[in-house]
Amino acid sequence: MYEEGLHNHIVKLLKAGVRLDGRKLLDYRKPIKVEYGVSKTAEGSARVHIENTDVMVGVKMEVGEPYPDMPDQGTIIVGAELTPLANPNFELGPPGIDAIELARVVDRGIRESKALDFKKLCIKKGEKVWLLLIDIIPINDDGNLIDASALAVLAALKDANFPKYDEKTEKIDYKEKTDKKVELTKEPIAVTVVKIGDSFIVDPTTEEEKVIDTRVTISTKKDGSLCAIQKGGDMPLTSDEIMQMVDIAIEKAKELREVL
Amino acid sequence: MSKLLVENKDIAVPGEVLAEGMDNLPGPGTYRDGEKIRASGLGLVQIEGRAIKLINLSGKYIPKNGDTIIGKVEDITFSGWRIETNSAYSAMLSMKDATSDYIARGADLTQYYNLGDYVVCKIVNVTSQKLVDVSMKGPGLRGLKGGRVFSVNTHKVPRIIGKQGSMIGMIKNATDCRIIVGQNGWVWIDGEPDKELLAIKTIKKIEEESHLSGLTEQIKSFLEKETGKKIEEARGNYNGL
Repeated sequence: MYEEGLHNHIVKLLKAGVRLDGRKLLDYRKPIKVEYGVSKTAEGSARVHIENTDVMVGVKMEVGEPYPDMPDQGTIIVGAELTPLANPNFELGPPGIDAIELARVVDRGIRESKALDFKKLCIKKGEKVWLLLIDIIPINDDGNLIDASALAVLAALKDANFPKYDEKTEKIDYKEKTDKKVELTKEPIAVTVVKIGDSFIVDPTTEEEKVIDTRVTISTKKDGSLCAIQKGGDMPLTSDEIMQMVDIAIEKAKELREVL
Repeated sequence: MSKLLVENKDIAVPGEVLAEGMDNLPGPGTYRDGEKIRASGLGLVQIEGRAIKLINLSGKYIPKNGDTIIGKVEDITFSGWRIETNSAYSAMLSMKDATSDYIARGADLTQYYNLGDYVVCKIVNVTSQKLVDVSMKGPGLRGLKGGRVFSVNTHKVPRIIGKQGSMIGMIKNATDCRIIVGQNGWVWIDGEPDKELLAIKTIKKIEEESHLSGLTEQIKSFLEKETGKKIEEARGNYNGL
């Protein structure tokens, strides 16, 4: 249900330079907390809290066949499950459009930044490669799931160790972790910049998410170069506005990078 | 041999045995389990003669006849509006209870109240099956334009309003905001951005510290500190509107 009254009220507040919860327009909620290794059974896991938003991510590793067009590369498979546990508006069943978007935006950030060298996930060219299954499970949704998930995925990948793999029997011993880490060469940080009325904000809460005009998720690397962009919402943007949003995202990514 | 196991103003948890034997009577919020009287929720015990009552401290709102609530239009039907009430039960606002205007057959009802609009209304009937009827006829009952709605614990609403509206009146005086507190725990507020945030902060503070005595004084000094001006206590009859 679109809430016109709430939209008008938020626009009024934003013009005065404050948000519903008293934050400034370009402030993230504080503190942002990252916990590593929250799951014993996953090869790598992490949990990120941005105040009440709470996302858990697990990385499982499997050995499988590579894609025919990339015989010497492993791959990542990102999935997200938006359960009613996190938000009563989410429904059970196959992933909806929001879950798919969330997973793909996060996937694109990792993939296009070349944060993982997929060639290093190869065990035997054309036959066996490592598949990294990354699952995003929001525990509580109080807005800005995309940024929290991207951060949690990065943290979980940092936490991940390969399990022991016996090449003769072709079996993985999940009970035994090796010292070998997943090599993460870059840290793509996703920042979602939201436009409501004429104002740009970051880190929207669920209430603000109900009335957004446009949102753009921008993943950037440490040197400020872009690796992925995703636009959502109904309203159009001018190229000037997009440039402004990119600048905001690069600036804010520095803040997020510090918590990892 | 009957035995009372609690004192007045004790806090009881669900299932806690409040009394044994048949000399005491289970009041609202309690139930009889054989020889025992148990608490059905989390609350404060109140002993009135032989009856043991429990004043709930948590839980969702349950619609009660005569309550003034803030509702949200969730559906428009042929004969009126369906109103969300922040409880397990939605309410019906029929055309004749909504306005005294003449509404032609087949007229567009959204010109009165549209989907997502908030209204202040009064519960006029609750059936045993919890079918709720609300009305817009009465002083202060109207549709709400602008502002925002946030929710508080419905059991803390009396403390937020205060004796004859003393608490909420004080917040209004201090912040110059328009505030309406619905019995269902929804609060509507409209004012200057920074004042509005102060009012919300104050209400949340009351909600958290509602069990303390001398709360009005505390809130008064809190508001005086935040606004930097002397605040007069509100007087007069005020019912949360």
